[in-house]
Amino acid sequence: MPLVRVSALHKYYGDNHVLKGVDLSIEQGEVVAIIGRSGSGKSTLLRTLNGLESINDGVIEVDGEYLDAARADLRSLRQKVGMIFQQFNLFPHLSIGENVMLAPQLVKKTHKAEARQLAQKMLDRVGLGNRFDAFPDQLSGGQQQRVAIARALAMSPKVLLCDEITSALDPELVNEVLAVVRELAREGMTLVMVTHEMRFAREVGDKLVFMHQGKVHEMGDPKVLFDAPQTPELANFIGSVA
Amino acid sequence: MDFTLWDIVRNLLTGLQWTLLLSLVAFVCGGLVGLLMLVARISDNTTLRVLSRGYIELFQGTPLLMQLFMVFFGIALFGIDVSAWMAAAVALTLFTSAFLAEIWRGCVESIPRGQWEASSSLALNRYEQLRFVILPQALRIAVAPTVGFSVQVVKGTAVTSIIGFTELTKTGGMLANATFEPFLIYGLVALGYFILCFPLSLGARYLERRLHAAG
Repeated sequence: MPLVRVSALHKYYGDNHVLKGVDLSIEQGEVVAIIGRSGSGKSTLLRTLNGLESINDGVIEVDGEYLDAARADLRSLRQKVGMIFQQFNLFPHLSIGENVMLAPQLVKKTHKAEARQLAQKMLDRVGLGNRFDAFPDQLSGGQQQRVAIARALAMSPKVLLCDEITSALDPELVNEVLAVVRELAREGMTLVMVTHEMRFAREVGDKLVFMHQGKVHEMGDPKVLFDAPQTPELANFIGSVA
Repeated sequence: MDFTLWDIVRNLLTGLQWTLLLSLVAFVCGGLVGLLMLVARISDNTTLRVLSRGYIELFQGTPLLMQLFMVFFGIALFGIDVSAWMAAAVALTLFTSAFLAEIWRGCVESIPRGQWEASSSLALNRYEQLRFVILPQALRIAVAPTVGFSVQVVKGTAVTSIIGFTELTKTGGMLANATFEPFLIYGLVALGYFILCFPLSLGARYLERRLHAAG
């Protein structure tokens, strides 16, 4: 039984048909890298998985939570699906510790002292345990992104969605974030990442999904697909980013 | 009957007190109603959004004087006796709330979409998002324009003299008729408004600079 199951997913923006029947299943502990050109629908697909984008047709199931065009219990779905963004999106008026504490306190009704301990543990995990009281604007981009990861982990999600999480970072800061993600993958976290880091996708990914014109054009083991793409579109794409 | 300068100033100061009180009431009540309108304006319920939009457009798109007449004479049609003070307070509250709601909506909308998306992803509901993520940030931006708008409220109270509410302008009018010294009297009236408004303008500018410097 897969952890995430997407079937016959359709999404329109007005007349623009951006997802044209996507099917995808993701097993517990799997690391899935979604690649494709801009406009291929890869980010939209990712954002439908926690209900940030509504869908027009099809079904999404995550660990028993069921979402289709008509109904969605987003509050319970989102407790199982964490998300990390390109622009970090930390809350600038809260210290980084409070950033991590907020959702467990509000959504899971965790007591303050307990939430504090949890936040400390999560920040330790991303190597920022000594910056609990710092504010987001006092941190580098790489550090902010690690806080965002800690903030998502504090809700103990079943799946973590990563939307181009290193694209806004200076090159020398990319590795500290990827190191954290690699560690999560090693610990068995289920990860779905839209990424431009092809080397990382190849090295850490269990499954590569190539999106093209709103569909899954090719899917398989990244180590195989990168060396031997089955379609000219994927070959082209790999050629253009390598 | 002769008026000494002290008599004039003493009477104007009494009028000034009523101007100040009316301004405070309008600002506090207008702020509370404005907050309700703001929440309706940015809610995810279409009916609420349309209603609050209509409310805001109505009171922004008509002169304060007409609003005052509508309240003063309109409520009387239902057989309820409204005092000039009551009508003035109600009309200014309506006027202030519409403008504040719109100012604050602008502040809320200037918060980046990513803040909504990140808090949605953490499973916060709409109330929690507003209360803990969006409004605290919007509030910082809103302080300076809100204090700036309070100047408009203070000056707006002058129109209530027309329905006979004896605030500063009305007091000045009565004194001018009695003393035949309109230039002196209205000069002092203007000075009275300036004494109320100037600190507010300074305050707004100070807050703007301080919050700007803070990033």
